[in-house]
Amino acid sequence: MNIQLTVNGKSQEKDVDPRLLLVHFIRDDLGLTGTKIGCDTSQCGACVVSMDGKTVKSCTCLAVQANGTEVTTIEGVSNNGELVPMQEAFWNNHGLQCGYCTSGMIITTMELLKKNANPSEDEIREGLKGNICRCTGYQNIVKSVQAAAEVMRS
Amino acid sequence: MTTRIFGSGIRRREDPRLITGGATYTDDVQLPGMLQVAILRSPHAHAKINSVDTTAAAAAPGVVAVYTGADTDGVLNPIPCAWTPPDCELIAVAHPAIAKDVARYQGDAIAVVVAEDRYQAEDALELINVDYTPLPSVTNPEAAMQPGAPQLHEDAPNNQAFHWIAQGGDTDAAFEAADVIVKDTIIQQRLIPNAMEPRSAVASWTKATGELTLWSTSQNPHICRFLASLVTGVGEHKIRVIATEVGGGFGSKIPMYADEMIASFCSMQLGVPVKWTATRSEGFLSTIHGRDHVEYVEMAASREGKILAIRTKIYAGMGAYLSTAGPGVPTVLHGLIYSGPYDVGATKADIYGVFSNSTPTDAYRGAGRPEATFLVERLVDLLAVELGIDPVELRRKNLIPKFEDGHDVASGVTYDSGDYEPLLNMVLGHADYQALRQEQATMRENGHYMGIGVTCYTEICGLGPSQVAGAVGFGGGLWESAIVRFHPTGKVNVYSGISPHGQGEETTFAQIISDELGVDVDDVAIIHGDTSNTPMGWGTYGSRTTAVGAAAMVLAARKIKEKARLLAAHLLEAAEADVEYADGHFTVKGSPDQTKSIQEMATMANVAWNLPEGMEPGLEASAFYDPPNFVYPFGTHLAVVDVDVDNGHIVVRRYIAGDDCGPQINPMIVEGQVHGGVVQGIGQALWEGVVYDDNGQLITGSMTDYALPRAHLLPQMEVLSTVTPSPHNPLGVKGIGETGAIASTVTVYNAVIDALRPLGVTRLEMPLTPEKVWQAIRQQQGS
Repeated sequence: MNIQLTVNGKSQEKDVDPRLLLVHFIRDDLGLTGTKIGCDTSQCGACVVSMDGKTVKSCTCLAVQANGTEVTTIEGVSNNGELVPMQEAFWNNHGLQCGYCTSGMIITTMELLKKNANPSEDEIREGLKGNICRCTGYQNIVKSVQAAAEVMRS
Repeated sequence: MTTRIFGSGIRRREDPRLITGGATYTDDVQLPGMLQVAILRSPHAHAKINSVDTTAAAAAPGVVAVYTGADTDGVLNPIPCAWTPPDCELIAVAHPAIAKDVARYQGDAIAVVVAEDRYQAEDALELINVDYTPLPSVTNPEAAMQPGAPQLHEDAPNNQAFHWIAQGGDTDAAFEAADVIVKDTIIQQRLIPNAMEPRSAVASWTKATGELTLWSTSQNPHICRFLASLVTGVGEHKIRVIATEVGGGFGSKIPMYADEMIASFCSMQLGVPVKWTATRSEGFLSTIHGRDHVEYVEMAASREGKILAIRTKIYAGMGAYLSTAGPGVPTVLHGLIYSGPYDVGATKADIYGVFSNSTPTDAYRGAGRPEATFLVERLVDLLAVELGIDPVELRRKNLIPKFEDGHDVASGVTYDSGDYEPLLNMVLGHADYQALRQEQATMRENGHYMGIGVTCYTEICGLGPSQVAGAVGFGGGLWESAIVRFHPTGKVNVYSGISPHGQGEETTFAQIISDELGVDVDDVAIIHGDTSNTPMGWGTYGSRTTAVGAAAMVLAARKIKEKARLLAAHLLEAAEADVEYADGHFTVKGSPDQTKSIQEMATMANVAWNLPEGMEPGLEASAFYDPPNFVYPFGTHLAVVDVDVDNGHIVVRRYIAGDDCGPQINPMIVEGQVHGGVVQGIGQALWEGVVYDDNGQLITGSMTDYALPRAHLLPQMEVLSTVTPSPHNPLGVKGIGETGAIASTVTVYNAVIDALRPLGVTRLEMPLTPEKVWQAIRQQQGS
């Protein structure tokens, strides 16, 4: 099937197998390997991308379902090479260790702040329910989100 | 005086590539003409393989080749076990890369498809027709040793893989003489490490040169190369292993697995590069599990509460085959540390390693030491109840007094340094322990149940002296080496054989070298993870990377500094003895204006225009460091839990971790290691656990079924520390990677039991799910 979508601001048109997962399209066809595959049951959130402004687990979405959408992956998050506050906050607060869950974490928490500019710790933790990190115990991820929220509010 | 950067919580240099999606993990590697590999796995826990028909699969679209055990038999050597403790009748059964006659666990590799893309490869797996005769199976290690149990290996009667005993002091006499004996039966349930990055391998064979390049999700690329050489028959000098970006390991990426060797086989057969990446469900079956002990444990004590002896009998599940380091985990890494932080006269570990129809077990964060700490701290709490002594006071009474340079314990190991009581006091003070006990009493009067768990631990890590490695059957050395190289511009590369995979040593090691050589930290780059450009090293596990690996690079840096000093003396036309080093400069004593920077010396050594007679050009050095002893971090952890007795739900209200890992290079990173370890340990206490059904089917075979810790279930951890240097390594550092997981499981467990004690619940099996807790309360209420 022919699909046309915008990924990180760039128009992409491809003929894809109807069963191709969006995450494989992003990683293998577009070569954007910052989006990760951590599980196959939609549990871990390593594959989260933003689609038309909403977070989507790209391992649980077909490439054809992305037809006509605007997708942002971790590679497209920063502004002309400048880190966005959430990226800076993860860096400043040791919000990552092995980095494998980080792309999904950053995209998920950016959307979280879009919905709620001043979330409580509990609200952040609730918002991270769909993302698994095995390294950090989440504490510094929560701290990173709080720090980013503060920067973005000011 | 320049400021030392050692001790500073600077941001990690690893992060920019990781927060922008710019890092290259194994599954991100794309090579021209690369094919995809998918592996067919046994759906049975135990079955005879009558035939494997690959005809239809081989004819499927995109399929290039299909191989079975008949193809790899005699071409790939068996997957070796590399840690075989002596004097324990260990039976290292052959582990074929692809099962040919018998499948021994659900997940055993049966066949492999190579296709143009992963979808085609997966499709073709379904076309392989395997005729199995299912055989009776057993997964519980104790059950596997009972008469009549299904037998896995002809050459391992009774499924016994080994019988290892470590005894120090006269335990039997101590138990005879004791006033009090407390006992428990502990199930250390099987855990699945679940590093977020699934295992992956890209194998590329170059026929013309006879060279194999293997990108592998490994914690120890040099060991991987060594074992790959044994399995494939390709010389070590013709194998390059690359593991520069690895997404977590926790022990699960130490072993050499069949899958990586199957991928290598495929590339060597076809002459093209191939990639294999585990799906998560595949990882649940084929990546090592951890723990899996059935333990009978007991402690002898005097009426006054002096611990006299600890004795165990343990059935340790090894899985269907012995994994690379599997047998070392419940033995050497477990049975030698029963004293913990206490003065205990005698300890005895009586360990059976047992084959069962399950995924092989190996090191999982803490590896043997969480199990040891659990049983010791469990017994101390039981003893406190038995004697009516506050559990904290009982611990305090038995702590080994401060020692700075060696303390022998009953098992025969010598702790390096320890000062346990100040950290205990710090944690108790921070928590306000007395107030917590008062609150507990008040809450109980009102029908609310909170519990407090306190753990004191000492662990053994920083593996370790090579002589000891040899004596305990570890199939290699445990030293590290490093090359430190000054470039003509004064920038520095450090090449190390260790292989961090999330722990941030590119940053912390640069901090160390920056201080040692007096150069800016940004002028130092740490190179690791690729066997083609790093010196031999034994890898990252056992909390050894800094204690051993950093020590090697410090020694190399010091050699360089001395060479640069001699060159400075020559160029300053001063006597060598008169030139001193400070803060990156060499200065003639008493003449502060006669000075040369180390960067200038780097330039002059590299251009070699004017060297002292006999001095070689260049400014680099290599060093090898073999530690004289292990290191022994220690600490006190405290958990406060609330148990809702109406539904069994547990909330960890507070968690305080007090750890002493010696001097901290980067406290931010130390704290991160503690957080992660503690949460993995809490995961074992409350949520995680493998369930096999009666047919050996893995019921908890996905992240939907295996409950990993999630953000909304966890408390803020409060992290405290003291600093007690190790006397025996150049930096005084100990390990911090595993302490959290070593201490937190039993801390939370003991807190829950403490909460439930008034209700008559004195033991539970982990994980402490609400249902189990509720059932146990109901049972007591009914009785």
